[in-house]
Amino acid sequence: MNLHEYQSKGLFRAAGIPVPPGEVASRVEDALQAAERFGYPVVVKAQVLIGGRGKAGGIKVVRGGEDLSREAGRILGMELRGLKVSRVLITPSADIAREYYAGIVLDRRNEAPLLMVSPAGGIDIEEVARATPEKILRIPIDARGLPTYRARAAARFLDKDPAVQKRIAPILIRLVHAYHVQDATLAEINPLVVTKTGEVLALDAKIVIDDSALDRHPDLAAMRDLSAEDPGEIEARARGLSYVKLDGTIGCVVNGAGLAMATMDLIQFHGGKPANFLDIGGSSNPDKVEAAMHILTGDSRVRAVLFNIFGGITRCDDVARGLLLALDRLKVRIPIVIRLTGTNEREAREILGERGLIALSDMDEAVRAVIARAAEAA
Amino acid sequence: MSVLVGRGTKVVVQGITGRDGSFHTRGMLDYGTKVVAGVTPGKGGEEVHSVPVFDSVEEAVAKTGANCSVIYVPAALAQDAIYEAVDSGIPLVVCISEGIPVRDMVEVSAYMRGRGGRLVGPNCPGLISPGSCKVGIMPGTIAKPGKVGVVSRSGTLTYEVVWQLTRAGLGQSTCIGIGGDPIVGTRFADMLSLYEEDRGTEAIVLIGEIGGSDEEDAATLIRRAITKPVVAFIAGQTAPPGKRMGHAGAIVSGGSGTAQEKMARFQEAGIPVAKTPSEIPGLIAAALRPKRKSKLKLVRGKAKRSAPAKASRRRRR
Repeated sequence: MNLHEYQSKGLFRAAGIPVPPGEVASRVEDALQAAERFGYPVVVKAQVLIGGRGKAGGIKVVRGGEDLSREAGRILGMELRGLKVSRVLITPSADIAREYYAGIVLDRRNEAPLLMVSPAGGIDIEEVARATPEKILRIPIDARGLPTYRARAAARFLDKDPAVQKRIAPILIRLVHAYHVQDATLAEINPLVVTKTGEVLALDAKIVIDDSALDRHPDLAAMRDLSAEDPGEIEARARGLSYVKLDGTIGCVVNGAGLAMATMDLIQFHGGKPANFLDIGGSSNPDKVEAAMHILTGDSRVRAVLFNIFGGITRCDDVARGLLLALDRLKVRIPIVIRLTGTNEREAREILGERGLIALSDMDEAVRAVIARAAEAA
Repeated sequence: MSVLVGRGTKVVVQGITGRDGSFHTRGMLDYGTKVVAGVTPGKGGEEVHSVPVFDSVEEAVAKTGANCSVIYVPAALAQDAIYEAVDSGIPLVVCISEGIPVRDMVEVSAYMRGRGGRLVGPNCPGLISPGSCKVGIMPGTIAKPGKVGVVSRSGTLTYEVVWQLTRAGLGQSTCIGIGGDPIVGTRFADMLSLYEEDRGTEAIVLIGEIGGSDEEDAATLIRRAITKPVVAFIAGQTAPPGKRMGHAGAIVSGGSGTAQEKMARFQEAGIPVAKTPSEIPGLIAAALRPKRKSKLKLVRGKAKRSAPAKASRRRRR
């Protein structure tokens, strides 16, 4: 789960990492009041869950009330890569002398967190890694967290001024600690700035929390911003489905994530475009099948739906019953192509056959069929 | 012949009294797997499908000689279940549970380093050596004994491929799902080495997906040290970046871990990459066909991986 900048900064502040003051506003009036409390110039920052907000026009420095009203009005309500901005963060503008990067991620190869610091701050770290890898210091993290001597070495790598180094080292230790206790999979300060007066501040913040750990962090789970998500994805989560919306026309309902990805790929391979990723999971609850159909029929771009079920633990007859349940309860006007193989396949075919539905058994054949049906329906 | 599990495997089921544990215990017994014990704390003395239940893994091992554990406990309890199995000296621990926090697995990984004992999973379907033993949740009916090793990060996609192999008359030595999480106990490279040493395995199917760099590492290993033919397939070519595709580990982040990148790495290593699952049986059959000289050129990468060349490379290392 991605956290907004203001939420991430809140967690950093609580962890003892210096963060500039800030207030969140969803109306221009509130933004004005906040700015007056801080004094101009202030920065108006769109709170959306995408990178590159600055380049997209979602971050502006303003020098007075009129300026702020105009920019806050423009940013509130704008769309950044399809996401509507409903909140801005108002924060005093800092006098930046130098900008650094500090971030911790899960290093899957080493099966442990990895702290990365770089004097090339303020830009995409992936870009730094590609262009100038020598500008990144990598410190693997073990059960000790970040030992002080390593934090000091990282601080020396970033800044020549011993007074500044003394401020950076504890920030890195706290960053590593916060990553650990909050069950994050990413915690990033970019940029970590040194101001002209020698202060060190986390000017931007990004935290991603491990979805599997949200059960033990109810406070973090409550931070989820539903307005930033597709309604179908919200419904899917509530019904225990795994769903990702794409921009094609062929909906798919599949059991298992790997098979669901392979089904999307096969649709594209045969010349179609998948409308979604959808995994109904290993169980074979008919309600889940109905929920899946509800979500897919709510997407107006979907022209046809493919069921691709490989019965193992999932029983094909349960999926068939769920499909009939969905057809009874929902007004489904788009063609459906069904592919079933495995556990209780024969029973499933009988159940579907009574309603005039035919199930194929080959995946390629089913994909070609659904593409043809979608083309007819378009 | 097979790897990891076979006729000598004696299984203890952790979480045997739960819904999933009891259901799949039945499935394993029906397949012929020697399920010798179950464990559910507080339910020692009970029986599930005539399998005795113990309060601890240690006790189960002492009384039954179990040498493989399979874990069906809820995610929040899974880390402890793995620790218990490892501490009881079980050499093979298969964790089916899905949704274990990454931090728990970072800790497990650090603990297991240098302790011996192998973990398969978590978030995996387990493994099957057709005809002799299945541990986990794979449907036994789709597999048949043979000489193809199948290793995959997926569940149902594995079944799809195994079933297509079986229909094409290509049986399997051992099929394993290594799990869809960012951190898993057994990786592609581990399985490739085991298949390489197994006399019953003559060709290997590797089914990867987006996210991480396990496939890239596998491609490097194959080029260096695997003499048996490998056919690869990668799922997720149409997956958008930054979105988790069901599996916790299936995510393209920061532009890395894409299907295209992984496919390119296999192709560079001379490994045929199937464009669709249904191409896999044909590629495997071609790899297994007795080679005649005139045909050699047609099989990509085969010439440079011929036995004498490989042997000389090995000597140099």
